Amino acid sequence: MSVGPLGKDLLGLEPLSADQIRLILDTAEPFKEISERTIKKVPTLRGKTIVNLFFEASTRTRVSFEFAQKRLSADTVNVAASGSSVSKGETLVDTARNLEAMRIDMVVIRHGASGAAQFLAERIESNVINAGDGTHEHPTQGLLDMLTLRDHFGKIEGLKVCICGDVLHSRVARSNIWGLKKLGADVAVCGPRSLLPNAIDAFGVTVFDRIEDAIQWADALNVLRLQLERMQRGYIPSLREYNRVFGVSRERLARAPRDVLILHPGPMNRGVEIDSDVADGPQSVILNQVTNGVAVRMAVLYLLSGGRPELAEAAKGGQR
Amino acid sequence: MTGRAVLLRGGRLIDPSQRLDETGDLLIENGTIAGIGRVGEVRRDGDALETIDCAGRVISPGFIDVHCHLREPGREEVETIATGARAAAAGGFTAVCAMPNTDPVTDNQAAVGFIISQARKANASRVYPIGAISIGEMGETLAEFGEMVAAGAVAVSDDGKPVASAQLMRTALEYARTFGIPVADHCEEPTLARDGVMNEGIISARLGLRGIPAEAEEIMAIRDILLARRTGGHIHLCHMSTKGSVELIRWGKERGINVTAEVCPHHLSLTEDAVEGYDTNAKMNPPLRTAEDVAALQQGVKDGTIDVIATDHAPHHYDEKEREFADAPNGIVGLETALAVNLTWLVKSGIVDLPLLVERMSCAPARLFRLPGGSLQRGAAADVTVFDPEVEWTVDASSFRSKGRNTPYAGMTLRGLVECTLVDGRVVYRRDR
Repeated sequence: MSVGPLGKDLLGLEPLSADQIRLILDTAEPFKEISERTIKKVPTLRGKTIVNLFFEASTRTRVSFEFAQKRLSADTVNVAASGSSVSKGETLVDTARNLEAMRIDMVVIRHGASGAAQFLAERIESNVINAGDGTHEHPTQGLLDMLTLRDHFGKIEGLKVCICGDVLHSRVARSNIWGLKKLGADVAVCGPRSLLPNAIDAFGVTVFDRIEDAIQWADALNVLRLQLERMQRGYIPSLREYNRVFGVSRERLARAPRDVLILHPGPMNRGVEIDSDVADGPQSVILNQVTNGVAVRMAVLYLLSGGRPELAEAAKGGQR
Repeated sequence: MTGRAVLLRGGRLIDPSQRLDETGDLLIENGTIAGIGRVGEVRRDGDALETIDCAGRVISPGFIDVHCHLREPGREEVETIATGARAAAAGGFTAVCAMPNTDPVTDNQAAVGFIISQARKANASRVYPIGAISIGEMGETLAEFGEMVAAGAVAVSDDGKPVASAQLMRTALEYARTFGIPVADHCEEPTLARDGVMNEGIISARLGLRGIPAEAEEIMAIRDILLARRTGGHIHLCHMSTKGSVELIRWGKERGINVTAEVCPHHLSLTEDAVEGYDTNAKMNPPLRTAEDVAALQQGVKDGTIDVIATDHAPHHYDEKEREFADAPNGIVGLETALAVNLTWLVKSGIVDLPLLVERMSCAPARLFRLPGGSLQRGAAADVTVFDPEVEWTVDASSFRSKGRNTPYAGMTLRGLVECTLVDGRVVYRRDR
């Protein structure tokens, strides 16, 4: 185990300083270029073993982490909850101990329980990266969203960003709120009050009850996925009404005083929280987010494994 | 009972049942209090007198815990009636009331008889069974209160679960009047509390944990108080945790409604901040609340809105707590830390004095649940606790008599330790010195 400028683990953006977040974003810049090469591989993490431990189904995040690891030449193993010892009733602490016994360097964990990444990090010496824990945090998603905003606007400070939708159950929302606020953005949320935390004021964000008002205010909207389950559990009456009242549509965006940038962490429910012509339209940077995801994760892997930030540019060339 | 006599000499005798607070001696013979008076004034002829020096110690009627979980039958690997009764003795409790959410549930006279029989074998602190309100704690069919009381049950409760049906609660309050027993309710509105794992507030929002709002408790508290008014039955509200509940109980008492209430040491000392870091030893139901709630509960203890302090002792196997926060079971052990937590957070901080603490931990529980003890008057059962109210110690869960180790106080330095516990005049616990 090595401890770099981020500490042992990346569990969330709430515990990080503004400088640490800037460091990750700055370190991601040189790594972007690797994915544009014909041969997308550098030897930076050669000899490191990483386990991707996914207790929840995930395509985008898992593949993104895996590409980041492979492009840095790490040896990786993917473990999904189904078909593993987990489905046979093994506890998280036993899973952790078994992984530790195999002398691995890093674990990337996605888990349905808030706090699961911290639980693991406190019990093993390997570096732990939180790839989403329950409704708590999803730090690399927050980082890639910020990198995408910075690419477009040149800076985060003073930017007006509204997070739209199911903030109550969203780990993406929490990581975005902490990260953006630390870098000096003005952050707002917009959604039905039944899908906002009752204590939302404590986050230091503006609350918009109407999406029209949010659009008037914002430089960028980060539109959260609305899970079908929320309707089944009675938080909202129907997806149709949700789209009518809170959906981000071209008509609504057209009334904005400026071009509002559109982000979405995916996977999208087209026609629910976001209309197709917005998702596919000129103000959407949804696919840029996906591209940036690989670079941000390479930066996190590099920094956590003890890589020195000033050498990131050199590291991509293969020199250590 | 043994004819051997015990003299507790030179302690601070505190007995709110006779407004007593002075230094003196206490003589115990044949399982009862035989004499009480100034130092050297209490005499007894003959031999076989064991003398216990109590200088610098408090001698009080034994503490009575009206709310604990002893896990037997069903989860004997977690706690048994014997280990629970010994933990009680070590904590200065001469009697505890065992909640019925065991496996099987204590919902009939045979189950009540089993607990009494196990308690007799344990030969430590007294254990009184609390019977279930409904068969299997299913919230549907009333259990046989009469037969359970005849077998030794002292109250009824579906604790662990709320009584969701207002009609069932109404019937229970009415039916219990025949037997003169309290109906103890775990106040939790189940649809509001659904899937909640901690107090709803800033910390739950930050940690991404589903919250239980204060209103889940308060809605049921006022429902129960109103039903007690309607029926005249005795409602006893378990483990109150919010400022709003204190206000509602005060409202009820001002109107002469037959409501009593208890609070746990952890709700008088810790806040939701203890959950930070996803510490499963800070997970209990009702959850730890805010500093404002703690202050209101402390005030309730002081002014009598809250009648008794009860532990809600809830042992769990160590690996049940060693898991994801949302999946870990609720509850902490409390019997062996209750006195010290109360002394540290209530007495040392000047909110209540020692006689009031003894009232809340001994006299009031005896009176409300109609149990022996709670008094040092001549002729009373010799259930007595001797404790050092000043000594500081560091909580080491591995030293507990309870099988449970799940405590949020581990490693904390607290004030006050039990020196000696006597039940029926017999020493059931003595501190190693």
